Amino acid sequence: MTGYSIEVPGGAAESLRLRRHRTLTLRTLGPDANVAMLIYALDDPAERLNVPDTLKAQMSAHIKPPMTLMSDMGRALASVTASSLDWHDAITGHSLPAAVERRFGPSSYAADRNDWRRSARFGLLTELWKHGLGARDLHANINFFTKIAPAGDERGTLAFVPGHASEGDYVTLRAEIDLLIVLSTAPHPLEPAEAWTPAGVRLEIAEGPAPAADDPSRNWRAETARSLELAERSYA
Amino acid sequence: MSDEFVLDDIVEAGDGWIGEIPAGTLLRITDLHGNQAVDTLFYDALDYANRYSAMDTIREQGAVYLTTGSVLMTVNCDPLATIVADTCGRHDTLGGACSQESNVVRYGRHTRHQHSCRTTFVRKAKEWGRGLEKRDIAHNINFFMNVPVTEDGGLTFEDGVSAPGKYVELRAERDLLMLVSNCPQLNNPCNGYDPTAIRITGRRP
Repeated sequence: MTGYSIEVPGGAAESLRLRRHRTLTLRTLGPDANVAMLIYALDDPAERLNVPDTLKAQMSAHIKPPMTLMSDMGRALASVTASSLDWHDAITGHSLPAAVERRFGPSSYAADRNDWRRSARFGLLTELWKHGLGARDLHANINFFTKIAPAGDERGTLAFVPGHASEGDYVTLRAEIDLLIVLSTAPHPLEPAEAWTPAGVRLEIAEGPAPAADDPSRNWRAETARSLELAERSYA
Repeated sequence: MSDEFVLDDIVEAGDGWIGEIPAGTLLRITDLHGNQAVDTLFYDALDYANRYSAMDTIREQGAVYLTTGSVLMTVNCDPLATIVADTCGRHDTLGGACSQESNVVRYGRHTRHQHSCRTTFVRKAKEWGRGLEKRDIAHNINFFMNVPVTEDGGLTFEDGVSAPGKYVELRAERDLLMLVSNCPQLNNPCNGYDPTAIRITGRRP
């Protein structure tokens, strides 16, 4: 079997292994979806996505194709090969249990069964735990499908952009080394919706080709190309 | 308010500092010669997992840059410190710390063995011990560093907004562990291409 597809409902969490050169497409199943994602090198989770390194090397405060997602060791963990959106947030974190309860009121399994409201932090830590990881392994996450726009003013004021993603929006990642991916579909903490109605997402895993010599990520910036080269050296 | 320093250290370019700062301390970092990036991490002194989080801090204040009034938050949104004075104007917390590996990506293989902030973090963390590991080195603050975020989502490193004698002062909101790397980066304007010494002072109000 090379490839499969699963649906993750809104407000849930998931973790999966993604082998080198497999692609993972996230596809939204409703409006205002958010996927908070953490990424680790499968063979050594001490190596992980480093958002500041990723952003500063590629001179961008947001994630878009054909950037690579870089580890703290300079390797490309994944390339963003395609997306219906040109902006995915990576600088505003994810929801915490206390904030979700403050905003939407108390919720529990006893009262709400499987519709109980679990924060992104709860889901991410639960999935991390299953892989022997914990709170100290949290790193700055990407928020796929969310745009937080900078005003360009003196303070660097940020504002959530409503309606940025709608049903059917997608983003595709190509693993450049073997990965552990941990994600949550809880709402973004700055999303202004009054009710807790998080959209789900479909995960499509497929076999893909290795990046060719003329791959768009390799030709994006010299820094992006070097991150791919460092990833390739691990398998040389 | 006492003006007596309980802490007064000079940190040379490329060197680091690690130590505990008691709650209530007024902590001042002074850019002695101007245009110097000071890569800084804070931890709850009683629980290192409850550490500074750039992204939680940015989200909670709804703005990218740190300045007077900014509350530095942990991953659990507990306040670590508040910036109470700032003669520089703004500070970065998106740019992270330079490392040997990120230097290779950004500038090429010839920079692989140049000194970097993460090397200083490793050295000082090992010196401190007490269970600090690589995974405890999260995304830091860059005091005095200018990393403008544009409306179209661009990110650049520009010449410092700082100048000789500019300082930032923080009030510790709990007992802290502070880890500092006085940035040795030579390949971009963050230190004005000439890393210089800083002064760290602390006093009890």
